Amino acid sequence: MRKRHTPKDRLITVALHLALAAGLFFAAFPIYWMLSSSFKSNTEIFALPPTILPKAFTLEAYAAILGDPVKLRFFFNSYFVAGAVTVLTVLIALLAAYGFSRFNFRGKGSLNTLIISTQTIPPITLLIPFFGLVVSYGIFDTYIALILTYLVFTLPYAILLMTGYLNTLPRDLDEAVAVDGGSSWTALWRVIVPISLPGIVATSVYTFLLCWNEFLFALTLTKSTSMRTVPIGIQLLMGQHAFEWNQMMAMSVLGSLPLLLIYLVAQRYFLAGMTAGSVK
Amino acid sequence: MTRQKRSHHKLKRAVAPYLYLSPSLLIIGLLMLLPMVTVIGYSFQNSAVLRRDPSFAGLKHYQAIFDDPVFWASLWHTLYFTCMSVIFHMTIGMIFALMLNSDRINPTLRNILRVLYILPWLFTAVIIAVIWRLLLEPNGVVNSILMQLGIIGSKVEWFSSPETALHAVTFANIWAGYPLFMVSLLAGLQGIPKDFYEAADIDGAKAYQKLIFITIPQLMPIIISISLLDFIWTMQVFPLIWITTGGGPIYSTEVLSTYTYKLAFSSYNLSQASASAVVILLISLGLTLLYIRYQKAR
Repeated sequence: MRKRHTPKDRLITVALHLALAAGLFFAAFPIYWMLSSSFKSNTEIFALPPTILPKAFTLEAYAAILGDPVKLRFFFNSYFVAGAVTVLTVLIALLAAYGFSRFNFRGKGSLNTLIISTQTIPPITLLIPFFGLVVSYGIFDTYIALILTYLVFTLPYAILLMTGYLNTLPRDLDEAVAVDGGSSWTALWRVIVPISLPGIVATSVYTFLLCWNEFLFALTLTKSTSMRTVPIGIQLLMGQHAFEWNQMMAMSVLGSLPLLLIYLVAQRYFLAGMTAGSVK
Repeated sequence: MTRQKRSHHKLKRAVAPYLYLSPSLLIIGLLMLLPMVTVIGYSFQNSAVLRRDPSFAGLKHYQAIFDDPVFWASLWHTLYFTCMSVIFHMTIGMIFALMLNSDRINPTLRNILRVLYILPWLFTAVIIAVIWRLLLEPNGVVNSILMQLGIIGSKVEWFSSPETALHAVTFANIWAGYPLFMVSLLAGLQGIPKDFYEAADIDGAKAYQKLIFITIPQLMPIIISISLLDFIWTMQVFPLIWITTGGGPIYSTEVLSTYTYKLAFSSYNLSQASASAVVILLISLGLTLLYIRYQKAR
């Protein structure tokens, strides 16, 4: 342990704490402002001088959103699509990851590179052919269009994440099943799946967040208000009532809740999911 | 096991991995590789998507894009937006990671701050855009604070004046994206062996020397990979710009993604939009190859 009694040392410690406070202001003030504005009236939001805490605390903005079936539908759509994609992605990625992790086969290296490289394909490039496809198959403005689209973006990283996780599990576990005459399919479901829960959680969290945040495809491949997801709903709200800032902030708070809750509850998995691929 | 049974088992082992991979490969093939080929095809056709029997257009649509000054402006804005974002993401991420890693702060405080510093990362691009529109409103809190401090004399229309709009969207994106670096560098810092610093202490090294000669070289692989990924992803940013400025005013924040989107879904010139999309794809592909080569070299 280092001694820190000299005045210079104390000065450095104080400076560091001031810098930490400045960093906190930079990181958190915009979010605090969103939160506090959602409890203000529209006139108070632009009051001069600005009120740090809502002077007249009101839940009016939240009531306006939670009492409006059109806006609640945005939330339902987001949860439904993100939930469906998460289940599908985890299942499909688990199979692929098992293939990658437990077998040696021709083309393994190049398939792996292919999957890594698909992570960086610009969404805007796929948007135009998807639009063409979705229109010609008559699934424009449906859940199916969004679910299929999102799968393409969630799958590559989910496969890498799951493969990375399965590689950490000892091979003897599932090989034991093979020695007993069981198939690899049995080994996957009886042995691998039950002990892969942390990996499955990380993959689910990552997938859900990606879907929850998606904007470009939701904007282009849906049209009716009843098919819109939360991000598009916020944009619509902004277009319709340009001055209802408190409602927009309340909607933003409600739209961020799932992410914040997941982060607080599953912080470990969340960070694993977000950084695994890039740090390795 | 009989010989027949054993060879049957062998065959099963040989086929199994492909079976496990088939759903994924089917999706990636049909919904990613095929559309990529399709969009390249579209870029060489007249009235792509809109007509059933489009005619061959040659390089006409590429020509049209390269002749369009808005395209070049968009390319320049994309480059500015992306480079500034990556540089500041890295710098802020590094500063925050180093501060959080310091043994001068109390562990509880460290954990609380770590959670709070990551916050911007948890918000959807659309919400980030809406928050910054509120903050940077002419009557908003940023203007009123800056005026009280005497930094600006009159209200600035951050997103709606051509002089400030690009800087404003870039700033919002910097705010939104530094945590990826912070988290990755923090993980990297914890992986540097303590002996390196102890040896340096014995040699009487100063803090900045330890930073330059130990910390940064050790973190270099992470810095390079994350920078490349961040560059590729930032180049593709769409919702943040779409919601804050929509590419305006007078194209001052038009980037390649908004330019392409407008060609496709405002002008319904899907052929030209496809050509533009292919240009973006080629740039990303180039960077991706760099990224993969770098990852493999390590």
